[in-house]
Amino acid sequence: MRTCLVVDDSRVIRKVAGRIIEDMGFEVAEAGDGMEALAWCRAAMPDTIILDWNMPVMNGIEFLKALRAEPEGRAPNVIMCSVENEPARILEALEAGADEFIMKPFDGEIILSKLSIARAQR
Amino acid sequence: MTPEDAEALRILVQARSGVMVNPANTYQIETRLGPIARREGAGGIGELIGVIRTGRDERLMWAVTEAMVCTETWFFRDVEPFDRLKHEVLPTLSASRDRPIRLWSASCATGQEAWSMAMCVTEAHGLRSDARIELFASDLSEAGLQKAQSGLYTQFEAQRGLPIRMLLRYFEKQDEMWQVRPELSRAVRWRRINLLSDLTPLGEMDVIFCRNTLAQFDKNSRRRVLEQFRAMLAEDGYLFLGAAERADDIEGFFPTSLNGLYRRRPAQQVQAA
Repeated sequence: MRTCLVVDDSRVIRKVAGRIIEDMGFEVAEAGDGMEALAWCRAAMPDTIILDWNMPVMNGIEFLKALRAEPEGRAPNVIMCSVENEPARILEALEAGADEFIMKPFDGEIILSKLSIARAQR
Repeated sequence: MTPEDAEALRILVQARSGVMVNPANTYQIETRLGPIARREGAGGIGELIGVIRTGRDERLMWAVTEAMVCTETWFFRDVEPFDRLKHEVLPTLSASRDRPIRLWSASCATGQEAWSMAMCVTEAHGLRSDARIELFASDLSEAGLQKAQSGLYTQFEAQRGLPIRMLLRYFEKQDEMWQVRPELSRAVRWRRINLLSDLTPLGEMDVIFCRNTLAQFDKNSRRRVLEQFRAMLAEDGYLFLGAAERADDIEGFFPTSLNGLYRRRPAQQVQAA
């Protein structure tokens, strides 16, 4: 089964996104910040990561740079999911290694669409 | 809304557009006609249809028809047809054309299909350097067409089907909306067209996209539209329907390896030509 790690400091977002992604056939794990997510990835690298930007302890961009430096860290599709919606900020996330970007608020259709796009680009 | 009202609506929309409305789908009817009823000061959908049934208000009858046929769509819907257009169809046509290649998004709704085609044209590899492209887009719905032509989409709409890098390349952020950049917007010509009308004046087309539209049409209207497409499509042209839509009951259309993609001639004859 494909695995997806949802990284967001909002428990509500983790639950909402997690339920949508579970319905798409993923096994879903959750992390509340970048540090926790990195520990997850070192234990078992997921196929896909839905990643918030602004989080305590380690934010999304810091996590992304650390992830991509890991031995298996290029493998997961990373979809940044943030309230940031300025083109310059989106570019910053792409340059840090994000495959796709979701501007919050999102719905199930958008997550489905972005997961397909990210998978097709690999 | 009474069953008689729903039946009157079904007859009106089918006669004017070929589209079959399901009278039992009251949610869809109320969602689409509610705004018109409020705008016209009608007491409700029933009263609105009451006016329609008098047959006296031509403007209102078209407004109701257009509202019922306008469909939801998104960028690069189903992906594969656009990959084929970009990687196979455009380079092939470009190699055999001294005249402009003519593409038509025949039922463009709110425009995402036509803009997706325009992006495919921009990104197609293997086009002759002197290739000229004419891209037309049409719909029956004036409101849909206005939105399409504006090239202005909400954040939700801009994210459905559109890769983020393409969003940044072809759109500009305007407040909380995303606007097609001028260099792309110049690539498309828009026009209100009823597919049941005589399409001959549009001239010959090399590529027709009419995806997920004809499935809503009644049998005779669907056949009539497909026969017109066949008459106006170039001998080596391409017809893109929805993946579940078929044209092989129409003489002169041949299926391809992609569901919903039809040619005027069988593949081996096209290659030999």
